Amino acid sequence: MQDRFISGYHDFVLPFMIGMIFILSYLAIGIIRVIIQLPAKDRKKFFLSLINPRLWIINLRDIICDVLLHTKIWKRKPLLGYMHSSIAFGWFMLIVLGHIETWMFVPDRLSTFYYPVFFRFFVMETDHTIGGSFFFFLMDFFLLIVLSGVFLAMFKRIRSMVFGMRRTTRNQLPDRLAMYCLWAIFPVRLLAESFTAGIAGGSFLTRPMYWLFSNFLSDTYHILPTWWAYSTLLGTFFVLLPFTRYMHIPTEAFLIVLRNAGIKVSHPRNGYTTAQIYSCSNCGMCIDACPMMSQKKNLRYATVYFNRLLRRRNWAKCEISADKCLMCGKCVAVCPVNVDSCNIKQSLRAMRAVPAASDYSYFNTYSAPEPSPEKVLYYAGCMTQLTPVIYKSVGTVLDKAGIEYTFMDRDGGICCGRPLILAGRNEQAQEMIRKNTELIRQSGATTLLLSCPICYKVFRENYDLKGIRIVHYTEYFDELMRLGRINIKNSGEKIVYHDPCELGRGCKVYKEPRRVLGAAGELVEAEKHHDESICCGGSLGSLTLSYEDRKDITLHSLDNLMYASPERIVTACPLCLKTFSPYSPKKVSDFAEVVAQNMN
Amino acid sequence: MIDFGYGISPSSAINLERFDRARFDRLCAEEPDVLKCMACGSCAASCPTAGHGNMNLRKVILLLGRGCDSDALAMTRSCMLCGKCLLVCPRGINTRHLILSINKIYK
Repeated sequence: MQDRFISGYHDFVLPFMIGMIFILSYLAIGIIRVIIQLPAKDRKKFFLSLINPRLWIINLRDIICDVLLHTKIWKRKPLLGYMHSSIAFGWFMLIVLGHIETWMFVPDRLSTFYYPVFFRFFVMETDHTIGGSFFFFLMDFFLLIVLSGVFLAMFKRIRSMVFGMRRTTRNQLPDRLAMYCLWAIFPVRLLAESFTAGIAGGSFLTRPMYWLFSNFLSDTYHILPTWWAYSTLLGTFFVLLPFTRYMHIPTEAFLIVLRNAGIKVSHPRNGYTTAQIYSCSNCGMCIDACPMMSQKKNLRYATVYFNRLLRRRNWAKCEISADKCLMCGKCVAVCPVNVDSCNIKQSLRAMRAVPAASDYSYFNTYSAPEPSPEKVLYYAGCMTQLTPVIYKSVGTVLDKAGIEYTFMDRDGGICCGRPLILAGRNEQAQEMIRKNTELIRQSGATTLLLSCPICYKVFRENYDLKGIRIVHYTEYFDELMRLGRINIKNSGEKIVYHDPCELGRGCKVYKEPRRVLGAAGELVEAEKHHDESICCGGSLGSLTLSYEDRKDITLHSLDNLMYASPERIVTACPLCLKTFSPYSPKKVSDFAEVVAQNMN
Repeated sequence: MIDFGYGISPSSAINLERFDRARFDRLCAEEPDVLKCMACGSCAASCPTAGHGNMNLRKVILLLGRGCDSDALAMTRSCMLCGKCLLVCPRGINTRHLILSINKIYK
């Protein structure tokens, strides 16, 4: 194999080179901007992560799994996973192999940027070598893989249901143009390589095509136009890239490095968030996942469209979208790129919140609870106060287990602060956090027992309660059961457990409540469960969702729970209990209630 | 009304001229639920500030209707936005958004 042209250059490489230089400079500027916009401590974290060999290994693993192989999509939907990994991994292999063959056969040309891309145009085969045909076979093989992915992608646009997606994203003009470019790039490459196969040689794909074409097309005339078309398509695709959904192809790797460095969202648009929203592939997984989508009019509030608006800095519309969101976190759980949209929306709320004066001087009227011998402090929270059955059942269980506890807010207490955080009023929430911390510290408790997942999340994440064990009652009862302090008899009742958003996706508590309920009855699963469970609709996360819209979500969520026709629905959140109760076809009970009823 | 400058108890007279229609309309546009309130008082009864602070959503809406905007706004200052009123409201009023909107419009 050797050079066909002494100069090693042809005009048709220009569109490709222009596109490539554009996108590379765009990315370089973008990355520098993101790093500059990071808060100083995050920037330090980022640079420290670059010199940490352990993080390098993790980064490499994540980049291979997420960017090239798309393991997360494979797990969820294999056909969709194949589509993504065939294009991403196949294209990657074409680039790598292109460089390897350039290095092996014409090493002087390795410094020429475009050479490996248009390798087959610039070389000719003097004789059929084993090495050459091996690489040509590999190149044809990976081209076939990519082509299969591209055809699946085309089919997906016609029938997305086959891929397990009920709805897919509405594309906009730049997205569409880039998509057509992407679809055309590989078939045109196949054509170009086929026409050139007479000179440069080919393998199982390109050679038969060459024979086929040479029967009715005078091939030498078609070589240049097809290479021009291939180069132009690549160039156009690269120029369009920053303005389209396909920007995730280059940015996702950068996002992974930032995320593994331990950086969190701190601004609704700049810095880390920029990397996040550019990595959103607009795949539309979040559309089907969002509980609000049970109504068609809410489609526009899907996270994917929120990200798109945020990219254009359309603040007014972003705010509407962010205020509607239930913050249930399901879009984050299903997102193949892990775009942390809940935190982005929350920081947007905090930035756009109207400064309001607050007056919490009445906090002084609350006094610290008396310590109990076992130093267990039970904080019921506002929502549990509305569902007395929960704190009464908790009391029953604790009494039977022989645990003496103090009920911190028997006569009403201070809110945990999470509702204010969700509304974007972080400063006011701090006052509650400060006062509650003070009261809890004064009580001398070593265990803080909670029955509301909303409180549980904020106590775990925003409170500084070192030395005090913060525990949700599902975890606590599970522990008591395993220690043998409570005995639960099996009633044989068919029970379905609803994972509350804040407990499941928010705090990753899934197995403890199931273990206890499995002992109390016959536990069945809902259609969507664990991190895919559907919000009850009562979430405090949404600021503007109306009562009617919430009701629709509740009914949809109940349908999902009734999948295995259970006799009773059990939840571990007072808010879910309160929301489900009026509409449920079967009895809705709280976790503590079931435990109390089935105790010996 | 003639103000004599003295009285036995603080005046409970309602001066409707102080009612700012334009502002209230803006509030209605932001959160139409405000018109749904039937002043049952469930919100006030369930409010965790009861007995401690002086938040009373029923009264806030009442005061706004009477044109006592600053008194209403002062009340919302002790709100913790916990959302209990949202769950007990028989009319399904989005109380949290209502309070946020009042803060936004009557600031």
